[in-house]
Amino acid sequence: MVIAAVIGGGAAAFAYTAGWLSPQRLTPNKMVDAFTPPSAMPPLGHRRNHAKGICFTGTFESNGAGTALSSAPVFVRGTYPALGRFNLGTPDPNAPDATVRVRGMGLRITAPDGQQWRTAMINAPVFPVSTPQEFYQLLLASSSKEPDAMKAFAAAHPEIAGFGAWAGGGTWTGSYAEERYNSLNAFIFTDGSGADHAVRWSLLPAAQPVALPPAELAKRGPDFLEQEITERVRGGPQRWTLAVTVANPGDPTSDPTKAWPDDRRTVDVGELIVQRIEAERDGPCRDINFDPTVLPAGIKTSDDPYPAARASAYAKSYDRRTAEAADYPRIAPGAKP
Amino acid sequence: MMGVLNRFTPVQRALHWLMAACILAMLFIGVGMVSTVMPKYLTLVSIHKPLGIAILVLALIRLVVRLRYGTPALPADLPEPMKLAAHLSHYALYALMIGLPLIGWAMLSAAAYPVVLYGGVHLPAILPQSDSMHTLLWNAHYYLAFAFFALILLHAAAALFHALVRRDGVFEQMAPIPVGTSKKVVPAE
Repeated sequence: MVIAAVIGGGAAAFAYTAGWLSPQRLTPNKMVDAFTPPSAMPPLGHRRNHAKGICFTGTFESNGAGTALSSAPVFVRGTYPALGRFNLGTPDPNAPDATVRVRGMGLRITAPDGQQWRTAMINAPVFPVSTPQEFYQLLLASSSKEPDAMKAFAAAHPEIAGFGAWAGGGTWTGSYAEERYNSLNAFIFTDGSGADHAVRWSLLPAAQPVALPPAELAKRGPDFLEQEITERVRGGPQRWTLAVTVANPGDPTSDPTKAWPDDRRTVDVGELIVQRIEAERDGPCRDINFDPTVLPAGIKTSDDPYPAARASAYAKSYDRRTAEAADYPRIAPGAKP
Repeated sequence: MMGVLNRFTPVQRALHWLMAACILAMLFIGVGMVSTVMPKYLTLVSIHKPLGIAILVLALIRLVVRLRYGTPALPADLPEPMKLAAHLSHYALYALMIGLPLIGWAMLSAAAYPVVLYGGVHLPAILPQSDSMHTLLWNAHYYLAFAFFALILLHAAAALFHALVRRDGVFEQMAPIPVGTSKKVVPAE
């Protein structure tokens, strides 16, 4: 009896911890599944979101100003290798470029001692919803067959209006090089004296953005963004300034739907220089998980719940796509195997 | 050296119970972390990696100590199939204590993740990046962890069987504190 109780209790506690007794728990599996509409096939071998992308390599030239905010080695004045991926916020790796509103950049900067800073940013100025649980509901609503699902969701989540205003009324550009990429999530920088600073960051393009009507972009080829950035970088390196914005006391750090006021202290800490574009297929970014919680000492997560949720979901997406490597189209369409 | 001891040496008992706590915590952290998107995911992952390396180091120390000091003999009247099960399960336990952390480390290496122990302290990659190796190691880490937990339950059930049913002194050999001599090894009984 005692033996059965001990063993049964142990097994039950394990099952509870694993979530097998809690079907309502939001697991990374559920989150990742939700990116694929119920009627569609998952993009085998590809990221489950931001599935379409193209690799770049270059450098991050740190000007040293960041050391006032963080002791991370990438902020020491110097030049560090950078690897990244321009991408589109879609679960469809074959989506025509003009059909996707959200453009993103995954970036990895490596310090000489091997410490890495990985970040994944998008061009939207705010995120649509405040918590990962609400984001999961948004994914379900947006793929729902109920005609009023999105209307009902938006009515229940008025904070989505900020993102909606950008998506509907913000400018579109014709180039990855003209986009501003924003961390949206708040992180904590710890400086050399041990003081913490809540920050968000953005990459500001050196290229002048040219606003184009979406109808004009729709006339271009399905991969015009990839072709354009390839041509453009072949013609010369493309630059972005990494601008770190420091929160004032009381600024919301846990809610990426809430932008901080424009007058907040901003420190330009260096420049990202994109020197080479490579196709994702067998490119250096394909098998990198741009997990925003891979951080060097001197940067840590804040009370923003998203980075943890993103890390868990990105890892699940990575596990799946690496297991599906056989389904990834490694050979160019039309080429002989 | 087998059979020289009546009980495991104090250092062996200390290692056993310390590692029991570490490994149980590790397995619960493991299944917990892969089933949540909450902020505790990061906390659990940040414990899982250094704790796994700690278990690897402790297991290697324990293996050396065991080779040096040996183990007490099983009771002579223990049926042969149970002796065989006892020996095989201990080989499996050692293999998993050493193998699972190594598989986890190799799995992270194959995915090109930095293996961060604490702050800026990280371990080198022990494998080059590889989709197929990552998948193989991920599956091994996942399924062997469940096998490990099942084996620990079996181990605990066997220990309690020795303690409560057979009362043959085997449990007392590893008990953290002396719990009285069991009946069968006392000649007067």
